[in-house]
Amino acid sequence: MIAEAPSSKKILTKGNYAIAQAAINAGCECYFGYPITPQSEIGEFMSGKMQELGRAYVSAESELAAMNMVIGACSTGAKAMTSSSSCAVSLMQEALSYATSDELPVVLISVMRGGPGLGNIYPSQGDYFQATKGGGNGDYRLIVLAPSTVQECVDLTYKAFYLAHKYKNPTVLLADGLLGQMMEPVEFKEYPYPEIDNSSWALTGAKGRDGRVIRSYAPLAENQCVFLEKLFAKYKAIEENETEWEEIGTEDADVILVSFGSTSRNVKTAMKLCREKGIKAGFFRPITLFPFPSKRLSELASKTKKMISVEVNMGQMINDVRLAVNGKIPVELINKPVGAPPAPEEIVTRIEELI
Amino acid sequence: MTTQVFKIPESLRENVKYSFCPGCDHGVAVRLVAEVLDEMELKEKSILVASIGCSVTLYDFLNVDSIEAPHGRALAEATGVKRARPDKFVFTYQGDGDFASIGLAESLHAALRGENVSAICINNTTYGMTGGQLGPTTLLGQVTTTSPTGRNLEYYGYPVKIAEHVALCDGTAFSARVSLDSVANIRKAKQAIKKAFEVQRQGLGFGFVEILSTCPTNWKMSPSKAHERVRNEMMKTYVSGVYKDVTSGEQAHIMRPSFV
Amino acid sequence: MSRIVIDSDKCKACYLCINECPKKLIKISDKTNSLGNRVVEFDDPKGECLGCAMCATRCPDLAITEVYKG
Repeated sequence: MIAEAPSSKKILTKGNYAIAQAAINAGCECYFGYPITPQSEIGEFMSGKMQELGRAYVSAESELAAMNMVIGACSTGAKAMTSSSSCAVSLMQEALSYATSDELPVVLISVMRGGPGLGNIYPSQGDYFQATKGGGNGDYRLIVLAPSTVQECVDLTYKAFYLAHKYKNPTVLLADGLLGQMMEPVEFKEYPYPEIDNSSWALTGAKGRDGRVIRSYAPLAENQCVFLEKLFAKYKAIEENETEWEEIGTEDADVILVSFGSTSRNVKTAMKLCREKGIKAGFFRPITLFPFPSKRLSELASKTKKMISVEVNMGQMINDVRLAVNGKIPVELINKPVGAPPAPEEIVTRIEELI
Repeated sequence: MTTQVFKIPESLRENVKYSFCPGCDHGVAVRLVAEVLDEMELKEKSILVASIGCSVTLYDFLNVDSIEAPHGRALAEATGVKRARPDKFVFTYQGDGDFASIGLAESLHAALRGENVSAICINNTTYGMTGGQLGPTTLLGQVTTTSPTGRNLEYYGYPVKIAEHVALCDGTAFSARVSLDSVANIRKAKQAIKKAFEVQRQGLGFGFVEILSTCPTNWKMSPSKAHERVRNEMMKTYVSGVYKDVTSGEQAHIMRPSFV
Repeated sequence: MSRIVIDSDKCKACYLCINECPKKLIKISDKTNSLGNRVVEFDDPKGECLGCAMCATRCPDLAITEVYKG
């Protein structure tokens, strides 16, 4: 376990510890959580460190309670977070729906494992739908960031706090068991974002003003219409300003491999192996899963012949790729249901079968 | 010499009009909370966590900073608020269904941890807002829309005694059950609310008051008949009194209440 | 002289205050308010009000807004 103040020194650490340290560097004042493999190290790290720093840590009675505690803390303008995994993130869906309606800067670290149900503790990308489509009720979106390295676990945790507060919207760092447990050298830079002024809405006690109300109850249909239009105008702004992706070799590609998170690392290697074999492959990695880089994929669909979505699930992100491509070219799937991502050579073999 | 002996509490919003049914005791309970906030000068540092049920629009009545929690989660949210801002006065106002059915885990764990917050729970033996269904506190024999022949033990099981359960938690500093059936009891109820708020102010732990209230609409009774029911039926099962008070050494395990 | 002030607009006609008054000085009036309720009125021609505020303490709807004792 490490506990490092921001510095330019590189440290070898595992993803879960890196995320926890990054949250502390980002100024997280409160952590609420419940243990679940493969992310329990985040809570373990936080329990000691937050206490040492005089910040709040609560071992919640459930994930349900943990997420509601985050909501309570966020309602005061505090930076607060929880972390969990798959079947336990399912328990948080009600609160996430409320938090979007309350417009609160909730940060959730979701470290995916196998499902459905209890599943297993192997890495998985089976919660792409859970994170990007949501399991809560009503029209809402969560901002979803998908790291592919331990360094990105740090950088995108910083960003998660920033975006959550900038847009007053719950934000998910969608990692997986592989990233949570793997060790890589990382650099903990200073939190690079400006602090967001929340004095206009945070609950601070009604001193010299009327009581503020953070609520989602809208008894009149017309009020709810106005609210949802406003909420979706915000989502449009997020799409315009915050969509992020990485692409390599897409300009002349005959086939573009689309992949996110830890899986994308082997896909990037597979793309290079394809090039060595004379297959003109390109690589495209969405970093924000919401907002999804649909516009760019749509542009690329006019230049390339085929896209292949590579995922460790039964094919989830492929739906968003297909929506972006909108029938212009075929979109195929290379997948593994659960576990470590397919090896680069295996991906190349399956690409050769598909083209 | 004329002195004003009653006025609308300043912690209520200006020209407030409750949305409760005629004769509903919620209105009295909310006023008592406001009076205590006034008297203890807590309004400006209060953060209220409202709940789901007839109490959902409490923030339209109390002029304090408020957040509305999902059904049953008020004390989890109150925990988050208090841990983030320990200098604020944090309290919840919930119904019995919210506190003791869907939210029992969140409620009792807040008490067990000794969260330094206060909770007010209205017990009217039914789910009022949804039209009078059987709830956790529905009395044996009571007819509701989901116990059409009355709550019988074999089919529905026992009702929950909330104040006693809360008192058994080590983190509880104060737990009492009061009633609003008479003016004398209304005055005792106010003292209990004050005590539950006071233990938070002193940092002693979880403060709790269960308030026996009426639901004339769903009980299908006149408001005054409803108070008779509180006296003659509810208070037999739900005995009023202080179940725990760390400031006076009153202990839960004795289970013999003393009055406020 | 002791007296109470009633805000008729808030009266929901539950009539709990009527039973509470030890001097029976509150009665159902002929008036109907904007909610359609037959509201109560304070009728104290002999100045018997004690200013005990039991009516206001009982009223669930803040319709008895002020009580003066003297």
